[in-house]
Amino acid sequence: MAQKSFRQALNEALHFEMGRDPRVIMMGEDLTGGAGANGVKDAWGGPFGVTRGLLDAFGPERIRDTPISEAAFIGAAAGAALTGLRPIAEIMFVDFAGVCLDQIMNQAAKFRYMFGGRAKTPLVVRATYGAGSRSGSQHTQALYPIFTHIPGLKVVIPSTPYDAKGLLLQAIRDDDPVIFLEHKMLYDTVGEVPDGAYTIPFGEARVARDGKDVLIVAIGRMVQVAEEAARKLAAEGISACIIDPRTTSPLDEDTLLEFTETIGRVVIVDEANPRCGVAADISALLADKCFDALKAPIKLVTAPHSPVPYAPNLEDAYIPSADAVVKAATSIIKR
Amino acid sequence: MSALQFSREELVNVYRTMRTIRRFEERVMEEMGTGDIPGNTHLYAGQEASAVGVCLQLRDDDYISSTHRGHGHSIAKGVDIDSMMAELFGRASGTCGGKGGSQHIADLRKGMLGANGIVAAGAPITCGAALSAKLLGTGQVAVAFAGDGAMNEGVMSESFNLAKIWMLPIIFVIEDNGFGEATANAHVSAGSFTRRAESYDIPTIEVDGTDVFSVYAAAGEAVERARAGGGPTMLHVHVPRYYGHYSGDPDTYRTPEEKAAMRRERDCLGNFRKRVKDVSLVETAELDAVDEEVEAAIDRAVSAARAAPFPPMSALTTDVYVKYL
Repeated sequence: MAQKSFRQALNEALHFEMGRDPRVIMMGEDLTGGAGANGVKDAWGGPFGVTRGLLDAFGPERIRDTPISEAAFIGAAAGAALTGLRPIAEIMFVDFAGVCLDQIMNQAAKFRYMFGGRAKTPLVVRATYGAGSRSGSQHTQALYPIFTHIPGLKVVIPSTPYDAKGLLLQAIRDDDPVIFLEHKMLYDTVGEVPDGAYTIPFGEARVARDGKDVLIVAIGRMVQVAEEAARKLAAEGISACIIDPRTTSPLDEDTLLEFTETIGRVVIVDEANPRCGVAADISALLADKCFDALKAPIKLVTAPHSPVPYAPNLEDAYIPSADAVVKAATSIIKR
Repeated sequence: MSALQFSREELVNVYRTMRTIRRFEERVMEEMGTGDIPGNTHLYAGQEASAVGVCLQLRDDDYISSTHRGHGHSIAKGVDIDSMMAELFGRASGTCGGKGGSQHIADLRKGMLGANGIVAAGAPITCGAALSAKLLGTGQVAVAFAGDGAMNEGVMSESFNLAKIWMLPIIFVIEDNGFGEATANAHVSAGSFTRRAESYDIPTIEVDGTDVFSVYAAAGEAVERARAGGGPTMLHVHVPRYYGHYSGDPDTYRTPEEKAAMRRERDCLGNFRKRVKDVSLVETAELDAVDEEVEAAIDRAVSAARAAPFPPMSALTTDVYVKYL
């Protein structure tokens, strides 16, 4: 199977689905770059190069570079989804959801329910998330807990190139509004990705690594951190299992409960801030449903309750580390 | 635009729709007093000529979006009043199965994309509907109704910009009733609404919203432009708001004198009767008969709504997603 980057995997999914379904359109800021200017067209191929080549393949009617006006174009994407198109709208950094949250939270997420089940909103909102790029507090957050909290939204957080392609194809074909979050530090990661189209169902966790002594639950970029931790634990003779939920809404509760029942020791790694976060949510689920199977307290390794800092030493300390995961795991094994 | 351009039958229909909205709202106000309609509601009485004049220019499959004060737009676009009344009573037979309520009545079969509890939120959604029409080549147009209060939300300006750069087949209808909730528009709005739209090179028309014929003429120009690919138009429609902001608002911030004068001098139904009488097109008796017919229809809607069951308990968690797990 071909080795491809996370970025290329996403690009293939977009190309494939836009070719298959003429109702799929894209809108966002600098999806191509250079619109209206005299120089190179598709100059950026998207702020992170994910949408490169789509303009050439599908033209400016379907690949729409928007004004810096998220409330308008996310709202327009929601309205277009309600009326027969299948828009993919890009929020360049998920932090910018702050200026268009109404259209996501009060509008797209609620159309179907408020309208008595008589509406479909096949909308995908793609956004980058995550710390590590030295970009300060407003371009780096992991805001998936906010979206996961809102009924009516589905929330997808791929961790590998293979999952990125299959989950994005599923997101575009899905009839509900999907928030699709791409960690910008994952774009250059490489993995096996088939050339053809395939979908990965939402609500099906992936067992990223088998193990028997401790279960590490990790999302998005934190799967990499968990894998590094697992290698370090293996060197100490501790066998770690890693589960990647892949979607936080819907959440694959069955797999999480099943592995917790078997292993009995759990560490949850989450790049989001800790309060009302996904780690806390999963922890509550496991404590509620598998209390008797737990051999130790559930440990959470998260970012601190602070904004993402700029200084490199502080930002590195902000992001959950493999060492912190190792420490949490050993603390519940050797107690 | 004069009444003479309409057939007798058309005039009766225009009057019937305006009268239906007026009586629907008056009756809702009465029923609120019984405590059987949950919550509160925002009444459209006084503004009827705006919704009716605009929607008269629309095809069945054209789109509209509405506001928290949305009953009139829905009725004018052809949404069934029995289902609307049932929705207000929170019943299973409601337009949205009782799950939406007054501020969320939507009927996609009629192109009605929803009332909205968030001020100005319908504007970008309607841009999206207009984009669908444009890209799918359906020839549909989309109308975003909004109040004067919406003009001070940023997304309204963003929507003007998007509509113009994409040359969307959209009409922004700003129904200016002089008040955003309990605050006079003059107290909170700088400049002029039409100049704001004109700064985006969007053509505008100031309209007397108590005259359905003026609204109809202005909407006709805007709809024609939109359908011909000429892009957006903004109508600034001046309307009276008969009641307070919401049904429970004692409306003490307007004097009894000005409220009485408003109802005396700015009644679109009274104006209509005078206009058609002047040109001897429709007999007063015929309009009186329409009044009785509307009264009976509203009675039936209320009786049916009261008799209808509430949604089943299972409806609490259905329709959140098309498919979840």
